[in-house]
Amino acid sequence: MATQAQSAEGSQHTGANGDGVRRRDFLNVAAVSFAGVGTVAALAPLVVQMAPPADVLALSTTEVDISKIQPGQAIKAVWRKQPVFIRNLTPAEIKSANAVAMGDLRDPQSLAQRTKPGKANWLITLGVCTHLGCVPLGVGEGENRGPFGGYFCPCHGSAYDTAGRIRSGPAPLNLTVPEYSFLSPTTVQIG
Amino acid sequence: MSFSWAKKYEPKHPFMKWMDERLPLPRLVYGAIGGGYPVPRNLNYFWNFGVLAGIFLMIQILTGIVLAMWYFSSVDGAFNSVEHIMRDVNAGWLIRYAHANGASFFFIVTYIHIFRGLYYGSYKAPRELVWMLGLVIYLLMMATAFMGYVLPWGQMSYWAAQVITGFFSAFPLIGEPLRVFLLGGYAPDQATLTRFFSLHYLLPFVIAGVVILHIWALHIPGSSNPTGVDVKDEKDTLPFHPFYTAKDGWFAAGFLALYAVVTFYAPNMLGHPDNYIPANPLSTPAHIVPEWYFLPFYAILKSFTVDFILPAKLWGVLAMFASILLLFFLPWLDKSPVRSGAYRPIFKRFFWILMVDVVILTWAGGAVPGPMVVAVSQVATLYYFLHFLVILPLIARYETPLPLPSSISESVLHGEAAESAPAGSRRRGGSVATAE
Repeated sequence: MATQAQSAEGSQHTGANGDGVRRRDFLNVAAVSFAGVGTVAALAPLVVQMAPPADVLALSTTEVDISKIQPGQAIKAVWRKQPVFIRNLTPAEIKSANAVAMGDLRDPQSLAQRTKPGKANWLITLGVCTHLGCVPLGVGEGENRGPFGGYFCPCHGSAYDTAGRIRSGPAPLNLTVPEYSFLSPTTVQIG
Repeated sequence: MSFSWAKKYEPKHPFMKWMDERLPLPRLVYGAIGGGYPVPRNLNYFWNFGVLAGIFLMIQILTGIVLAMWYFSSVDGAFNSVEHIMRDVNAGWLIRYAHANGASFFFIVTYIHIFRGLYYGSYKAPRELVWMLGLVIYLLMMATAFMGYVLPWGQMSYWAAQVITGFFSAFPLIGEPLRVFLLGGYAPDQATLTRFFSLHYLLPFVIAGVVILHIWALHIPGSSNPTGVDVKDEKDTLPFHPFYTAKDGWFAAGFLALYAVVTFYAPNMLGHPDNYIPANPLSTPAHIVPEWYFLPFYAILKSFTVDFILPAKLWGVLAMFASILLLFFLPWLDKSPVRSGAYRPIFKRFFWILMVDVVILTWAGGAVPGPMVVAVSQVATLYYFLHFLVILPLIARYETPLPLPSSISESVLHGEAAESAPAGSRRRGGSVATAE
């Protein structure tokens, strides 16, 4: 019967062996495709709702007063609910960061590349270990700064140097330097 | 499904007959866990843990539904609502401790169940899908347990969420956007807590669904047994009810007594005191470790410390996932036709070495990372993969197994030919071994 239908609709014949595409096959494919696209479109909102909502994105800048941070001291600020380390490096710390050969670094970056021009003493990084996201120690007085004098992550033993660069342990990258700018000599805007 | 001698369901009461013609649910239950399911007569106590796992799933669902009536899934309210359950809600302390320790006991019985399958070759044909569905249940259990641990929003909860979602950031390019997508923010926060609560409530029911598939797939060939020899005739089996319902019943009562002892007398033994400190996104506890049932995998994660083509962090995450995913291929890695480890002298030794290796990984996962701990976990991780990928295939090829008993009933009777067919052995009910 199908063969008769095909010959009646000669324009729908395909293939040399006579396996023709019937009008019903076309309708099946079209209907299922239409329903498939529609289902995917209907599921899309259920997936995109997972992404960060507008109120989370709205917290994307933070202003911090850095006038009280003495050389050698550091503070924790909060940006996008994540800790940010703001550290006033001592001349000795800057010198030791600059003394490291690029070849010794897992993620080669100089201190100058990680700070603003003329503000080499202000090291501003996320306080989020690039391994699995713990907050490294080394901001507070007397905290363990690890073998390289910067930061030390207690979770899996990653050690960062005085430029916040990864030097030993499992973390793959340097502490992230967020986007920031100096609004005045004593105020930075992060984000 | 099932053997030809399985007893047929015959409803006697008129109502049951009426029911059977319309909705044969009692027939289904009779064939699945009643007198209509013939089970090898030689099962040892390691075969009790599947039923126990089902019991703990039900305990978790029941206690969890009650806890959800009092719990607030808000970052400001979650911790206090848990304290409120502990201090003010009638019997709240009991229900929460039962739920927290119930999770640990669920994993204890599941691990024994898995190791029983490994030793007795329960993953081999024709039970490959039973094994793989079991692994799906195990993965779902891990996801559920992790998300449940986040809900009290204590320090360990928060940092578990941070570290475990951090696994995903190891993947190149898509990793960090994926992590942010899963968290619904840049760090664990309200969006994370609410979605974890929603999924923590959902997944146990998904587990229950996969459990049904697991049992369905099991009941096609029927249960395995300690000899690994196939069931041949009715002499080899006993009906599940009353024989195994009785054995499972008393054993479950005994095991639940152990669970009660821990829940009442040492409810925090398996937990971490730091989780009684409210979550602080700015301060990581000095030593964070996962719950005990994740420690071997945590050790594998931590054992990769050197970049080799890929970053060490990605290696750690890949190895951790691979350590479970490779178990899906176990039926094809171990090609020995002999199922039971009892008849495989070399396999048996390496099985126990693997057990020791897993214990070492558990220890290394919980230890403070130092050069010695890292070295130990590297060796133990290497051995874990070596066991499954190299040692098992080699044993299957070169081992000479011990002679198998010709039937289950012969093995029950220690192979004494005179006793293997005593008069009246057709009688059902363990009487063969004890009669006369």
